[in-house]
Amino acid sequence: MALTAERIAELNELCRRFRIDVLTAIHGAQSGHPGGSLSVCEILTYLYQEHMNLSAENPADPDRDRLVLSKGHAAPMLYRNLAEKGFFPVERMSTLRRMGGLAGHPNLHCPGVEMPGGPLGQGFPAAQGMAMALKLNASPAKVYAILGDGELNEGVIWETAMSAAKFKLDNLIAVVDYNKVQLDGTTDEIMPLGDLAAKWESFGWTVLECDGHDIEALDFCISVADGAVGAPTVVIANTVKGKGVSFMEGKNTWHGKAIDDESFKIAMEELGGSVNG
Amino acid sequence: MAKAIREVYGTVLAELGNDNENIVVLDADLSGSTKSAIFGKAHPDRFFNMGIAEQNMVATAAGMSTVGKIPFVNTFTVFLTSLGLISARDQICYANLNVKFGGAYCGMSDALDGASHHATEDIAIMRALPNMRVIVPSDANSTRWATKFAAETYGPFYLRLSRDVYPDLYAEDACFELGKGAVVREGSDLTVIACGIMVHKAIEAARLLEKKGVSVRVVDMYSIKPIDAELIVRCARETGAIVCAEEHNIFGGLGSAVAEVLAHNACGVPTEFVGIQDVFTESAPYGELLHKYGLDAEAVCAAAEKVLARK
Repeated sequence: MALTAERIAELNELCRRFRIDVLTAIHGAQSGHPGGSLSVCEILTYLYQEHMNLSAENPADPDRDRLVLSKGHAAPMLYRNLAEKGFFPVERMSTLRRMGGLAGHPNLHCPGVEMPGGPLGQGFPAAQGMAMALKLNASPAKVYAILGDGELNEGVIWETAMSAAKFKLDNLIAVVDYNKVQLDGTTDEIMPLGDLAAKWESFGWTVLECDGHDIEALDFCISVADGAVGAPTVVIANTVKGKGVSFMEGKNTWHGKAIDDESFKIAMEELGGSVNG
Repeated sequence: MAKAIREVYGTVLAELGNDNENIVVLDADLSGSTKSAIFGKAHPDRFFNMGIAEQNMVATAAGMSTVGKIPFVNTFTVFLTSLGLISARDQICYANLNVKFGGAYCGMSDALDGASHHATEDIAIMRALPNMRVIVPSDANSTRWATKFAAETYGPFYLRLSRDVYPDLYAEDACFELGKGAVVREGSDLTVIACGIMVHKAIEAARLLEKKGVSVRVVDMYSIKPIDAELIVRCARETGAIVCAEEHNIFGGLGSAVAEVLAHNACGVPTEFVGIQDVFTESAPYGELLHKYGLDAEAVCAAAEKVLARK
């Protein structure tokens, strides 16, 4: 069923608040990855807050939907979503990258995380393994693998692209956060991806493409992907690195950089947040 | 009797699969060699050939384990512990996932294929991973136990398996225990602590030395991590000299693990290390390789004489 305009507005408002909280946590830690956390905001927020069958009250439900953040450096946006789902108090965001707190990259010490992330590429095959095991169990659950575009440089991504098609994993949905910027520069400068849709298609995947900041478009594509039969689906979500903060948008320099006080102040003004949290 | 270790492993896997439907087996296009194909034939719905893609295979197993499966991943161990290492470290051991590594063709047992296919640093790599348990079977019955025990015990295990035929060492009803070694021959002048094929070479050496009036104790240290520190210390105190023997680089493997225990317990007994001397090996028949790289009974005898001279 299509989302109502009211629900879309609510989710967009959640995204605005999540951006504020994530930048506040990264600013507090004086370390982290703002660019990719902001670009993946709508993707994660839509999946966690609207779409997935997942509850903090029953976190070990064998038929829960799984999400693997293969681009693990966007951890702060994952954490903010898990907190909203009730896996831990939102106040824990202030422990980001501190002793005993939320790790720089996701690990299983954090409730709600399904697979450690960090070494790029590896989350995707792990998500595939979940999908294969769920099929053996005849579970209706879906597995969502969230990939970065820089991450597509990793050879293992294409190993998994081959095998997921071989095993006809129609319960596996990959979402590429296609923000076209990686750490050292644009994807075209560092490692051109060429015709990305054609690449996935040639590996046997159903390819959908949308604006990755448009909740309604994400809802449409993910819902179509959920209904796949006999083949895995990839949603190429076109996004903007650093989305929502003008001076971060499209800039590789904001891939993984501490946010200075002046920049933080401007970002909060733009997002309607407060520098005092 | 003597049995091919890989055959025993594949057969036991298939048997375990009869009783436990959560056991799944993955291979990287070497199932005919690793013998995981025996499981594949018995349980085709739970056997996954991942193609020549070890990184993909191991991480896939990591994901399967989180859904309650007990995956065994299989390929030549030189590839498993290199290409498969990133998931072994950052997913399976970091999150203490229930994945079992069947490392086939250990040491130089894939003799003719040469140095590229010889695994001579795998023990060092795998025992450096927190949560990983490392077991090196030395005959058919210890292989049977190790495979069954790994399947039935939660957490990551590394089984170092030979391509070769090993003579029987243990009775069918022998007891094995994680974190324990076995005294397979009594002796009083020195102890050879060995694993895998080198246990057999050590027994051969002990027989040769016996003729010269030297009494050699032989320990099969099949559990390398956790290791039997109590037994090592006891052997050092009772026999006063130690020779470590392994089909592995002298750095980082069984010898290093034993030396750590000796140092930690201030044993300070003369110790020698039989192993590959930090070099790359070559293509040749297995027996010739074992001789050239100092992994036969003669090499153990020479190390024993050296260590006795230092007593």
